[in-house]
Amino acid sequence: MRAAAARYAGARVARVEDPRLLTGHGTFVDDVVRPGMLHACFVRSPLARARILGIDATEALAAEGVHAVFTAADLNPDVVEAWYTLIGRDVPDTPRPPLAEGEVRFVGDPVALVVADDRYLAEDAAELVIVDYEPLTPVPDYATAREAADLVHGAYPRNVAGDMAGPPLEQLAPAFEAAAVVVHETIHQQGYAQVPMETRGLVVEWSAPTGELTLWAATQSPHEVRLFCSRLLGLPEHRVRVLMRDTGGGFGQKVVPQREDMCVMLAARKVRGPLKWIEDRRENLMSAGQARHEHADARIALAADGTILAAAVDHVQDVGAYPTPWPVGTAAAVGMFFPGPYRVPQATWSTASVFSNTAGRNAYRGPWQMESLAREVLLDAGARRLGIDPAELRRRNLLRRDELPYFNPNGMPYSDITPLETFEQALKMLDYEAFRSEQEQARAQGRHIGVGTCTYVEPTTAAMALHATEGATIRIEPSGKVNVYVSGGSSGNSIETTVVQLAADALGVDIADVSTIQGDTAVTPFGGGAAGSRSGSMTAGAVGETAAVLRERIAAIAAHKLEAAPEDIELADGHARVRGVPESGVPLSEIAALAYFQPEQLPPGVPAGLEASGRYRPENPIIWANATHLCTCEVDVTTGEVRLLRYIVSEDCGPMINPNVVEGQIAGGVVQGIGGALLEHLAYDEDGNPVATTFMDYLLPTAADVPDIEYGHIETPAPGPGGYKGVGEGGAIGAPPAVVNAVADALAPFGVEITRLPLTPERITGLIRNASAPHGPRTTARVDDPNGPNGPNGPNGPDGPNGPDGTSSASATGGAISADVATSAGGESGADGVSGVDDASAAGSAGSAGGAVGR
Amino acid sequence: MPDAHAQQVAVEVTVNGTRRRAAVPPRLTLADYLRERCGLTGTHLGCEHGVCGACTVLIDGDAVRACLVLAVQADGAEVTTVEGIAAPDGELSPVQAAFRDHHGLQCGFCTPGFVVSVTAFLRDHPDPTDEEIRDGLSGNLCRCTGYQGILKAVRAAADGAAAAPKEHA
Repeated sequence: MRAAAARYAGARVARVEDPRLLTGHGTFVDDVVRPGMLHACFVRSPLARARILGIDATEALAAEGVHAVFTAADLNPDVVEAWYTLIGRDVPDTPRPPLAEGEVRFVGDPVALVVADDRYLAEDAAELVIVDYEPLTPVPDYATAREAADLVHGAYPRNVAGDMAGPPLEQLAPAFEAAAVVVHETIHQQGYAQVPMETRGLVVEWSAPTGELTLWAATQSPHEVRLFCSRLLGLPEHRVRVLMRDTGGGFGQKVVPQREDMCVMLAARKVRGPLKWIEDRRENLMSAGQARHEHADARIALAADGTILAAAVDHVQDVGAYPTPWPVGTAAAVGMFFPGPYRVPQATWSTASVFSNTAGRNAYRGPWQMESLAREVLLDAGARRLGIDPAELRRRNLLRRDELPYFNPNGMPYSDITPLETFEQALKMLDYEAFRSEQEQARAQGRHIGVGTCTYVEPTTAAMALHATEGATIRIEPSGKVNVYVSGGSSGNSIETTVVQLAADALGVDIADVSTIQGDTAVTPFGGGAAGSRSGSMTAGAVGETAAVLRERIAAIAAHKLEAAPEDIELADGHARVRGVPESGVPLSEIAALAYFQPEQLPPGVPAGLEASGRYRPENPIIWANATHLCTCEVDVTTGEVRLLRYIVSEDCGPMINPNVVEGQIAGGVVQGIGGALLEHLAYDEDGNPVATTFMDYLLPTAADVPDIEYGHIETPAPGPGGYKGVGEGGAIGAPPAVVNAVADALAPFGVEITRLPLTPERITGLIRNASAPHGPRTTARVDDPNGPNGPNGPNGPDGPNGPDGTSSASATGGAISADVATSAGGESGADGVSGVDDASAAGSAGSAGGAVGR
Repeated sequence: MPDAHAQQVAVEVTVNGTRRRAAVPPRLTLADYLRERCGLTGTHLGCEHGVCGACTVLIDGDAVRACLVLAVQADGAEVTTVEGIAAPDGELSPVQAAFRDHHGLQCGFCTPGFVVSVTAFLRDHPDPTDEEIRDGLSGNLCRCTGYQGILKAVRAAADGAAAAPKEHA
């Protein structure tokens, strides 16, 4: 017995989420209103590092409408357990107190929590809380933090949260010595962040008489929130209910509850009424977390013909003061995937996670993305040095289908990927040769256009711990209509539409006859949530396993009624019929009525009702996906402006459940990556003050900044349900290297190499100004020459594994940070941004504010 | 500043065709008035400093950021929120339908602001160039879609409106 061929999987089905969201009838956490609800506002540290000498809440407590002011002494002792299922209990987790205890460790560190009748009053009272600080010397720069005299956390010497490493670099010495060229650069990526359009927030309602806690969350994983909350408060899991209907984007920021969430959970039992906290944008940019701030001292050994002989990366990342969750293990992925989808015979890696007095690092779409940035930038640099076209160099090294499965030198077992195919497809979509001719002509006319690519392989659907399984419950109701229960919850990944498509196919019913209920832990099966590019494949598995049980039951009932063999029954168009006998159809509604209301007529051994639960456990621990990003750009060498001309993504996420959803995920990731390459910078000054805490300073890409994205699809099935692979994260991985390489290619006549992001106009004009002579022998441009005492990259290279490198590269980086800040606060956003504000507030007009965001 | 909150000002605002009277604190933003006093939670707050555009509503037909306007400033005005864009029977407006047809939304948080902004934009620019569309959208931020589906949706809505008979335009 089987369902008829898929009708909905593969189709551009309109989303079921859309009607409510388009008409203003979604339910985001700030839309939740409960009787007697109170509002929370945090008092946050204005200093990067200081000792808390005292907190005086007297005046705040006396203010109108104020119910309580909590400090660490009130909330922190109530913590029973605070660990994430995602990471596990037994990791050497970093500190994470709900409210700051004794010392504040970054600007924005929550110090006290004010509860009042409404948010206006809570904010008024927060200003009345007097905190006596003794300023301490901050450690604002992770790159120099290992040598700093001061410690972010006293228990962590050298400010190192943890480090990991592969084999010693010395083992690769013969390969590096034999190389025609060793490309060795330190690539620096600025801090940027997820920036969901909906900030964080939650509503917590405690019922003392029943011992039940209900929590409305903005989250990517309601079941993780429930588990975490139950452990935090020492409540049984089944007494905690987490609800979320719509979450306004997460991109990693909302995979686990953070410190503020802990505070609200803890405080909710101490106030009379449900407690709501909605973060404002300033708080979000100041304290919801940072990502991407890291550098990679990377080297690749190349033979004269461009063959890769060996690759090594020493990676250092900023984890801020309170990384969430534990960041050390994740960082290893940067090393493991550094060889990428290339034939790399030998490799090694090391990684260090370093504290600083800044916002804590958290997960962000392709958290290991630095591997692609460092590798792809170095490959282009190597091609230039060898005089080989970068496309040709990649062709010679990309893995071919006939080499799969392939273990990369770090033991990653790639399979079912198509790196060379996506690469060739992207080049063909551009007409690479034609572009090179056009480039030659443009250069002759003094125009600077360039092309860059990034080819990566990406782990998706990693089936571990929280993410090991996924469940579904399907209820075919007595009328024959279908409800599908999965953990899910809409956070922008179209999971409701996906579930409805898959279930309609699996049961052979019309899509209009299927609904899905998600995001309520009281009624949905346990599930890991939206993370790690897992929802498509895992949900397909869960729906598939559960639907199979019901198909078998339906077939048994229909066969009994039609006096046929169950294996001859097929389900299509909402009917069960004998294959090849179209007129034999029994409507599903009739079968459901039998199953519920006339159980005596069911065949022997068939249970009553048409409801089943199933749980999918993947056979493969990882499903690999891959893509090539290709970008062309024109750089105005006078103004430093980068204009993206074409953007092509050729990807292989297996068969597509819904091409609209796949392309939407890619486009969203790509534009985040473009933002990271060109615009976004979560910058701090040398005292650890965040200088990008509004959208006038933190520049998100707008519709005016993005190119049309062109898609090429190669659909190689993975060894899982439907052959589906993950696609949520890849866009954000591939875009920064493709953009950087395109800009570097455009600027190649100047002898410019790019080693530091973002590529603001100031940075680009500086690169050109400071570049060595065209076609010089060694072409590393010192981005930080004007400020830093010394270039970080070349000098300390060839020998000595990590220690000396780290040291000298770190001190130079320190100099550069202040330059970045000056850039960000000044030219990039200052003048234009300020006039923008004036326009916007004066006119209050969408039109004028639009123009005014000004970049 | 307890006084700022205790003081109340009478306002009369017509919201989506319904006349409403209320006494509000002078500092209450229009966005909070709509969300909390009128229960119209489709107007979303993404930045509260006038950049992201999620809170865009129409005041007497002009697209305005409801986070930058005080409720008292809307006294006597006609306000249209995203809840007032679709037909009373729930039928999507041409702009809303185009967003659905072209995957113009994902998480949906910025969507109400886009729908309202685009509705006003196409009314004022019934036959826009692609460049004008990009400029017209540049005051609304979206973090999910990369704007690809939104740009397609606005193009389609513009073309549909231009092609449609006058009474539907």
